[in-house]
Amino acid sequence: MQNTKSIMIVGVGGQGSLLASKLLGQLLLAEGYDVKVSEVHGMSQRGGSVVTYVRFGDRVYSPIITDGEADFIVSFEKLEAARYASCLAPGGRIIVNTQEIDPMPVLIGKAAYPTDILSELTAKDVLLDAIDALSLAEAAGSAKAVNIVLMGRLARYLGIAREKWEDAIKHGVKAAFVDVNLRAFSLGYENDAE
Amino acid sequence: MKKLMIGNEAVARGLYEGGVEVVSSYPGTPSTEITEFISKYDDVYSEWAPNEKVAAEVAFGASLAGARSACAMKHVGLNVAADPLFTLSYTGVGGGLVVCVADDPAMHSSQNEQDSRHYAIAAKVPMLEPADSAECLAFAREALLLSESFDTPVLLRLTTRIAHSQSIVELGERVMRDRPEYKRNGEKYIMMPGNAKKRHPIVEARTEALARLAETSDLNRVEMGGTACGVITSGACYQYVKEALGDSVSVLKLGMVHPLPTDLIRSFAASVGRVVVIEELDGVIESHCEHIGVKVDGKNLFTPIGEYSQASIAAVFGIEEKKHLVVENAIPVRPPMMCAGCPHRGLFYSLVKNGVTVLGDIGCYTLGAQPPLSAIDSTLCMGASVSGLHGFRVADKSDRKTACVIGDSTFMHSGITGLVNVAYNGSASTVIILDNSITGMTGHQQNPTTGFNIKGDPAGKVDLEALCRAIGIRRVRVVDPYDLAEVDLAIREETAVDEPSVIISRRPCILLKSVKPKPALSISKELCRGCKKCLSLGCPAISYKGKRAHVNDTLCVGCGICESLCPFDAISKGE
Repeated sequence: MQNTKSIMIVGVGGQGSLLASKLLGQLLLAEGYDVKVSEVHGMSQRGGSVVTYVRFGDRVYSPIITDGEADFIVSFEKLEAARYASCLAPGGRIIVNTQEIDPMPVLIGKAAYPTDILSELTAKDVLLDAIDALSLAEAAGSAKAVNIVLMGRLARYLGIAREKWEDAIKHGVKAAFVDVNLRAFSLGYENDAE
Repeated sequence: MKKLMIGNEAVARGLYEGGVEVVSSYPGTPSTEITEFISKYDDVYSEWAPNEKVAAEVAFGASLAGARSACAMKHVGLNVAADPLFTLSYTGVGGGLVVCVADDPAMHSSQNEQDSRHYAIAAKVPMLEPADSAECLAFAREALLLSESFDTPVLLRLTTRIAHSQSIVELGERVMRDRPEYKRNGEKYIMMPGNAKKRHPIVEARTEALARLAETSDLNRVEMGGTACGVITSGACYQYVKEALGDSVSVLKLGMVHPLPTDLIRSFAASVGRVVVIEELDGVIESHCEHIGVKVDGKNLFTPIGEYSQASIAAVFGIEEKKHLVVENAIPVRPPMMCAGCPHRGLFYSLVKNGVTVLGDIGCYTLGAQPPLSAIDSTLCMGASVSGLHGFRVADKSDRKTACVIGDSTFMHSGITGLVNVAYNGSASTVIILDNSITGMTGHQQNPTTGFNIKGDPAGKVDLEALCRAIGIRRVRVVDPYDLAEVDLAIREETAVDEPSVIISRRPCILLKSVKPKPALSISKELCRGCKKCLSLGCPAISYKGKRAHVNDTLCVGCGICESLCPFDAISKGE
């Protein structure tokens, strides 16, 4: 469908991508879009590579995103950005947390963590926002707020008023974490990419 | 009110609105959240049963008493519940009864890719298949009504993409019916041969009546578009078809996938040039079309393996692949793994160290099969570790050391009967129960060994040691899997004795909120010789860089297993 927008949220199981997709889904619903969010549960959550698809528009059919279709890929980890980059649509943008989390083959010395992921993506004309979301999350008050930092960066591009994002955060997270997450959102929104 | 819900939550909502009063289930990805969301409704009785057969029978009993009831399970769970299902088809129901079953094409979290539509055909019960969350809600409601009006259990089939995709639903009100007074009705409910012989013709007539309903029901619908090609499809595939082909084809979208309509398919086929059946897994709709003499394309174009997508359907229709970049960097795989501090890790390490052949089971501990531990020789189905080990012991004449590993929840599900066989027929099997006080892999559900019910309230608690002894196992011992020396001794002794034994490896799952992590350990740069012994644990918190091992202090929970393993005392408690 021509006017459907596709966003992929990728990362490592346990990084909080489900909360990010829930927040985004609620926001898009409130904006009056048809929305589909395809989640990952079960085995792959145990430290494995995880991917969530978010699609919105006038009428969304498929809940999944395939090669060359994603307008945005929000990657919670550097290697995962490369793993799913083939899904990016021409002219699409990757927002990537520069944090590296070694997968098991790297941990045990059987494989190397690629060193030039971002330069390869840049060389292939990918629009790239590389940000140290972990440091920004820690600056906001919690390493767990990486997801909201990255949503803050995504918010720059979706054309939805910043206040509405902030409302979605206020309603979407536990009261005790609202302030931390609002700070995280604001740091992600305002900081310039590396 | 509009809400965004995953399919499973929408099924729960639909059952709730449809007046369900009793829900009993065993967790299993991708079906688990149906029952988790049901448990949030205070006016529905819900429970975790020890397995799917028990759950289906509980739903039967509630239905017999007149209540609307349901159970939910993953596809392989329906194998376990198949026994009651097939005869439930004969007895029919009192209150409406819905069996929710979630298939897992592509095996995101399963051991096989079976297509549960075959059960609907074999058990002669109707099956509905929603294509998004709004249909999950509507079809769950409809299934309860259909169950009562046709006196049959109804299967509600989901696949992973429907169960775990959020889409928009419109909430309705809960509608209760006046429950009829319970009356004994032996001819209907006592399935002895004399009665069952009278019920079988009723089952056949019911299927014919349901097939007539399928011709006109709103559950099935035609969406006319281009008439050169017509597509017959259902479930998630409907969405992929609309995405890939839009209005260029006409679509017959089936919401009732058993029994299938005949005249509707024939008239649809007559209105288009050619017909293509697009269905994931097996060619069930295709076989029906062939049976009624409608020529279709289907599995000659599409694979019976894995999930489809808009891209895979577009490719078959000759639509050019979307332009996309190709990454040249070698990307290391990132498989799921046992968490840092997982109590199963130390036990697996000792099994490997002792060269034990290990029959495994279904749960988080299946991850013990992953490198570097590679501790498991087989995984078949729930409970097969125990019964399989007995068979292996009987057949294997070597002096090989053997054992099996099974989690607390899986042992309750179907390990107990295997252990009864071990004790009864007397094999020198070593059964290791990995008791982490929770059902782990499906996301922390209570079970009969945890002492809590689905709502987290105190409940009956099975005493595993007493149970094993009562079964007839004389050698039952409990070890702490963080204590490698104790675990090692237990494995050596129990695999050596010539009688059945049970080792209960007991420590709660590290992810439980009640478990408080200890300070992270650290590795001394001076003392570490880079021997890599700690790396053989496959702990995500330990890495190897610059010829030395390192601990990631944000992941490490201080379990201390690596500390006890290090030959150079290089690992110590955090400063």
